[in-house]
Amino acid sequence: MGRFLESLLSTQAKGHRGRRAAAIALAALIVIVVLLASFNFKSLAAAVQEAGLYLQYRFIQRALIVGVLVSLCAALLGVTLVLKRYSMIGDGLSHVGFGALSIAASLGFVTAQSLPDFLPQGLRGSIAGLCGAISASPLPFTLVVVIALAFLILRLNEGSSIRGDAAIALLSTGALAVGVLVTSLTSGMNVDVMNYMFGSILAMSSADVILSVSLSVVVLVLFVLFCNRIFAVTFDEPFARATGTRAGLYNMLIAILTAVTIVIGMRMMGTMLISSLIIFPALTSMRLFSRFRHVLISSAVISVLCFVIGIMLSCLYSIPAGAGIVLVNLCAFLVFSLVGRIRS
Amino acid sequence: MALITLRDVTIAFEGVPAVEHVSFQVNRGDYMVLIGENGSGKSTLMRAMLGLVHPCAGAVRYGDGLRRNQIGYLPQQTAVQRDFPASVEEVVLSGCINQLGSRFFYGKNLQRKAHEKMALLDIEKLSGKSYRTLSGGQQQRVLLARALCATDALLLLDEPVTGLDPGSTQELYGLIRQLNREHGVSIVMVSHDLHGSMADANKVLVVDRGVSFCGSIQEYRRQRMEGMVE
Repeated sequence: MGRFLESLLSTQAKGHRGRRAAAIALAALIVIVVLLASFNFKSLAAAVQEAGLYLQYRFIQRALIVGVLVSLCAALLGVTLVLKRYSMIGDGLSHVGFGALSIAASLGFVTAQSLPDFLPQGLRGSIAGLCGAISASPLPFTLVVVIALAFLILRLNEGSSIRGDAAIALLSTGALAVGVLVTSLTSGMNVDVMNYMFGSILAMSSADVILSVSLSVVVLVLFVLFCNRIFAVTFDEPFARATGTRAGLYNMLIAILTAVTIVIGMRMMGTMLISSLIIFPALTSMRLFSRFRHVLISSAVISVLCFVIGIMLSCLYSIPAGAGIVLVNLCAFLVFSLVGRIRS
Repeated sequence: MALITLRDVTIAFEGVPAVEHVSFQVNRGDYMVLIGENGSGKSTLMRAMLGLVHPCAGAVRYGDGLRRNQIGYLPQQTAVQRDFPASVEEVVLSGCINQLGSRFFYGKNLQRKAHEKMALLDIEKLSGKSYRTLSGGQQQRVLLARALCATDALLLLDEPVTGLDPGSTQELYGLIRQLNREHGVSIVMVSHDLHGSMADANKVLVVDRGVSFCGSIQEYRRQRMEGMVE
């Protein structure tokens, strides 16, 4: 581990130009955000003070902790996914997540009386109990479903006539339709459903937070440990396979880690917007950096910064968190593109 | 004993045979060229030698101390690689992946090895450069250095000169010859470029859904003059 950090620092020292450009781009981004923030007739000092007040709220603290971790995971995985031409997998999996969440929510309507009579009384009771438990804490259930579907997408990709983007589009719209149907048959389109769609920082219970934090730490650790192998599999899968790397296994690992990240992040970011967390930081970093390791580090930094800025804006101006974060990411992308253009 | 022996190998995709009843062997020090038309099964044979596709009949055996994961492979370049953000050093180092074992990061030894191979191919000064900004010839050198990190016994090259200009093509052939003659690396190369590739080869394999000729370069030239092979 120490050796890894050491080599990381030594290679970074060589890339002066890239670093300077990145510093300029980041500074420009922060200036833009500050200008935008002070535009709305609030003085900057007042805005900072207000942000400080918000930080004392429990739900904001939770959202920040989980959000920073999810942003880190999404940024790192995003680099691989974008390079593997799998950008849309995040979108597909988040729709699957929406379908699963809707089903979990609708299971809350299942009671022992509503089950068919031919089942024994005890069994009906335990089924209803299970349904109630799933609907009360839908995260584990969603996680299982989304991981299973991630496997399926990989399988479809490897050995079938429906490939890549088409397979993802098929699953994603299918799952969305199931989700919409189930909710309209049970609870109807209510605030909960809107929260699934567009995210809410209030959606996290403390059990969710514990699960999310531990899962994202696992994702981060696994990604860093297998970083070199993931690079080899992403850059040149045939070569990696030929030299005895079990590429299928690492593709699976990437898919599972992505599924976990999506499920943890979608409550906050919303089904519609979570995949931006995966795509934006990677694309932004690639405007300026041309080494894999630098792209990884820069994505992580950009992702966390944009998240924090986005969520603060969302508190200050009462805008949806997901949309705010995506817009800050978009600004970062534009600034980095511009600096990249000017530099070349 | 031969490095790789193929015995009566048949490979089929979805029931349709790509190559049938192929037998040949690659010995230490060989420089073998696989030629044949598009779709004749050359690349499939190469993938079978690497263990990437499994024959539905026959066997591929490794001998003379060669292990399946110790073959250097220079695949055809993909669209993904052309705009991949990676430094030359990162790409070359990824060739050492078969020596990582149960470790997670490349140690000092493997880093030294990667730099040796870069020096051998005269790309050490490109070490910090971005792979995607290099010329086609330089990119092939980088991939060759990566392949050499994985092996020092046998290199398999899949149409290595595709898309290179004549100067870079000659340079690459020169490098491969040097690796074969001076460093004792055995070479198996799939090629379209008959004249260039055969100048240095000692064995020719003509593939046409099977092996339609296997022998020395002199024999191939003689039979060709007599119109016995394509």
